[in-house]
Amino acid sequence: MTNWKVILNIAKTHLLTKFKQTSTAALGVTFGIGAYITLVCFMTGLNKMLDDLILDQTPHIHVYNEIEPSKQQPVDLYEEFKNSFKVVHSIKPKLSQSKIHNALPIIKYLNEDKNVRGAIPQVKSQIFYIAGSIELGGNLTGIIPLEEARLFNFQNYIIKGSTTDLHKNDNGILLGAGVAKKMSLDVGDRVQISTIDGEIFPLKIVGLFQSGIADIDNIQSFTNLKTVQRILGESDNYITDINVKLHDMSSAFQMSQDIEKQFKLKAIDVETANAQFQTGMTIRNMITYAVSITLLIVAGFGIYNILNMLIYEKMNDIAILKATGFSGKDVQMIFMSQALIIGIVGGVLGLIIGYGLANYINTLPFETEALPTIKTLPVNLNPMFFIIGISFALISTFFAGYLPSKKAKKIDPVRIIRGQ
Amino acid sequence: MKKVLETKHVHKYFRKPVLFHVLKDINIDVKKGEFVSIMGKSGCGKSTLLYILSTMDTDYEGELFLNEELITGQNNDVLSYIRNKHIGFVFQFHYLLSEFSVLENVMLPAKKLAEKSLEEIEYDAMQKLKILEIDKLAQKRASRISGGEKQRVAIARALINNPAIILGDEPTGNLDSYNSDNVFEIFKQLSIDQGLSLLVVTHDIDFADRTDRIIEMSDGEILY
Ligand SMILES: Nc1ncnc2c1ncn2[C@@H]1O[C@H](COP(=O)(O)OP(=O)(O)OP(=O)(O)O)[C@@H](O)[C@H]1O
Ligand SMILES: [Mg+2]
Repeated sequence: MTNWKVILNIAKTHLLTKFKQTSTAALGVTFGIGAYITLVCFMTGLNKMLDDLILDQTPHIHVYNEIEPSKQQPVDLYEEFKNSFKVVHSIKPKLSQSKIHNALPIIKYLNEDKNVRGAIPQVKSQIFYIAGSIELGGNLTGIIPLEEARLFNFQNYIIKGSTTDLHKNDNGILLGAGVAKKMSLDVGDRVQISTIDGEIFPLKIVGLFQSGIADIDNIQSFTNLKTVQRILGESDNYITDINVKLHDMSSAFQMSQDIEKQFKLKAIDVETANAQFQTGMTIRNMITYAVSITLLIVAGFGIYNILNMLIYEKMNDIAILKATGFSGKDVQMIFMSQALIIGIVGGVLGLIIGYGLANYINTLPFETEALPTIKTLPVNLNPMFFIIGISFALISTFFAGYLPSKKAKKIDPVRIIRGQ
Repeated sequence: MKKVLETKHVHKYFRKPVLFHVLKDINIDVKKGEFVSIMGKSGCGKSTLLYILSTMDTDYEGELFLNEELITGQNNDVLSYIRNKHIGFVFQFHYLLSEFSVLENVMLPAKKLAEKSLEEIEYDAMQKLKILEIDKLAQKRASRISGGEKQRVAIARALINNPAIILGDEPTGNLDSYNSDNVFEIFKQLSIDQGLSLLVVTHDIDFADRTDRIIEMSDGEILY
């Protein structure tokens, strides 16, 4: 039977009389945990920001019609050559449109799926921007502005004007910031759009958008779905792309496979599209944990030292306790609880300091062209990190305290009592 | 009369630095309420015997009985409990937890036993301190009192759980004759009033003469 009140009281007295040494040991833990929290909040904040940058505007599944040679050539269908070796020269793709056949029913079908947060159409077209004598090649994409804002945070990339401005204006266009700069245009100005066939349409600039990726901003513009369809002279079932956002991103791959099979379309899931991006994230996480664990191991050695010293100094106390009826286990618990108290106090202080530092980092200004919506350094204050942090502290102090306390358990009181 | 403590053919050897037969066939007993003293030349093995009787030293041959139950071979947790509840030990040199107050030192074994409430324990501890005339020191740190005072605190601590037997290794060694007499009277009183048994090593022939019985030791053997 262990009498915790007595044991903790003794542990407390020991710690308080050796306040300097124990607080040094606790500070070691504080550093380790504080650094962990600061690092992990900052690193994952960065990760999340890049995540948002790339993944939030990228659809989880992108469905389109790829122009590629038929997988089955006509000769394959010919019954008589079934078992023979066939050679076909100069395969060319069949002449087909980039339009998705039956796009509207497919969108309706996708939107009925429980895991789909939304599936929205786009029309991509190649055009020229004309302002005065300048003619510039580019892409004009027709979108449903409000839906794009809802599902893909489209508004984050609009630096002037808004999605509603575009929604309200049938002849409006959101011009890429790079395009606008090249042609010295601004909101309120007019820009002429020329299709490949040479037809010219004037559009009013209702806003500017900047994705942060220069290659896109220099060519891309957006307008309403209907506007593009009108410019291209197509009906309202002319749709080239379907972007799908899911509730659970992890099922994206499976679902893209299903869509490909079911509709004979090309469907790319987000992970396949951004594989290298994940690698960077993993490496940042590895660095965070490597640094934190190193600091904690150093702190652990500090605790180990202090406890060893304390036990050496407290030989007499240990002998008396044992002589008056405290068992070896009780004595071990006394020193174990000292280690854990150091761990808890140091750890909690570390959490507080880490929280403070992370919040401070969050106020540091960080402005860059590439990230128009970010004004300060990002941090991610996930409660999980704090739980991991304190568990870290407890586990490392537990191991640091275990060996010394085991030694205290084994001390033979007779030897000590004789020794004096 | 019931035997509180008894040894049967106890032998003890020290193996280092050379094999040394310290205790040779020790057969003694202490009956309930009996006040026994052990005398013998320095180095004859009195402390060694006492450590075995206190259950702290388990490296011996033979059998040890407490309240007519065999103790030899019990595991350490049981032995700790026995020490806590049934045996009060006063060391040859005063041994206190120096960072705790006098009162806390006395209370500690009772807190460990946890049979009484904290208030009762504190009351008992103050009673014991009063008997030993050191109740004024209750709140002082144990490291800040004199040698004789420390010895009396150690006696108060040995008494706190009302043990079956008190083992003393020269418990009055550091006391002047007034306090030595006082401690003797307290021991005597406890053995008569409460049936407390005592086994006390002493070099003080006057002290020994006034006890119920003297065990004489020489070179690890009991003479009578
Ligand atoms: N750990 C040990 N290893 C070897 N020999 C020891 C050890 N401890 C004690 N001895 C020897 O055992 C003998 C008995 O020692 P013990 O301490 O029991 O004597 P004592 O009768 O209590 O003497 P004193 O009256 O001086 O206290 C002594 O000769 C001592 O040298
Ligand atoms: Mg001795």
